[in-house]
Amino acid sequence: MVTSITSFGRSGLYDWMIQRVSAVVLLVYTVFMIGYLLMNPGLDYEQWSALFENTAMRIFSLLTLLSFAAHIWIGMWSVSTDYIKPTGARFVFQSATGLLTFIYVVWGIQILWGV
Amino acid sequence: MLVSVYRYNPETDDAPSMQDIHIDIPGGKDIMVLDLLQLLKDKDPTLAYRRSCREGVCGSDGMNMNGTNGLACITPLSAVVENDKLVLRPLPGLPVIRDLVVDMTQFYKAYEKIKPYLINDTPPPAIERLQSPEERAELDGLYECILCACCSTACPSFWWNPDKFIGPSGLLQAYRFLADSRDTATRERLTELDDPFSVFRCHGIMNCVSVCPKGLNPTKAIGKIRNMLLQQAT
Ligand code: SF4
Ligand code: SF4
Repeated sequence: MVTSITSFGRSGLYDWMIQRVSAVVLLVYTVFMIGYLLMNPGLDYEQWSALFENTAMRIFSLLTLLSFAAHIWIGMWSVSTDYIKPTGARFVFQSATGLLTFIYVVWGIQILWGV
Repeated sequence: MLVSVYRYNPETDDAPSMQDIHIDIPGGKDIMVLDLLQLLKDKDPTLAYRRSCREGVCGSDGMNMNGTNGLACITPLSAVVENDKLVLRPLPGLPVIRDLVVDMTQFYKAYEKIKPYLINDTPPPAIERLQSPEERAELDGLYECILCACCSTACPSFWWNPDKFIGPSGLLQAYRFLADSRDTATRERLTELDDPFSVFRCHGIMNCVSVCPKGLNPTKAIGKIRNMLLQQAT
């Protein structure tokens, strides 16, 4: 058993599952967005903000945002443990990834609830 | 034909280099790469490589031939030579001891980690632990592995983390014991594997499957381990 304290869920299976589930969420959201934009060609501000004032849409968007964050962490963590061998550089890379992801989440929530 | 061989003797060379040797195959026959190596060694006795059974059973002459891992003894020239040229290199990713001989310690350590022996604490029966033909059939495609390391040294995940990722060969063996009806340590074995590296560094690239000289499928075995982990955890 290889111990690792910086992976997302500490367990390989958990990380693997989160990665699959979050990928599905991201895919569904993307397909929905593309579909919505295609079906509403003359989209105006009113309609667009009404869409995001909808609670269901907020839940869906927040879910996607959190999936996005988890997906980034698991993916970038794997990449860093594969390719960045010096511990210091890997630590800096992982910290930067964590910080950026956190910023995206807070910023995303602010945008979502700002409409 | 032209053979380009990787040469490195750490006692005398500063760095590895490729040695080009022109060689005529006697009678123009389609010989095995191992036979070609013998011809090269007749010309230059300092060339080092491993070999033993010369029929694909012992797994000692795994090497990289024109970019693909395989056993020299069962690979005919016709299968690898391109434009009358053959490049021979040691198995990738492992430290080189000399020329085509690599240090397999890392590979065996991974094998050791999966406890490659039957664990059963129940009192042994008078004669032997029996299996039904169906239970025995579960081991087909697993027990045939000869530990040649062609697969693990073709796997990028094993290159990057040979100390943490078990690698295709070790995982095929891990599943061989998980699938054995006589083994009672399934739970303990699975617990040992449920970290972010041991199994889950496999990204399903399937390099292992494409090089295995015994035609085995480590990726499939890895998928089965993953399913067992999933079953145990959900
Ligand atoms: S399928 Fe998995 S084990 Fe096989 S080569 Fe690819 S990453 Fe390695
Ligand atoms: S699985 Fe195939 S390639 Fe890998 S060590 Fe076993 S026999 Fe060799």
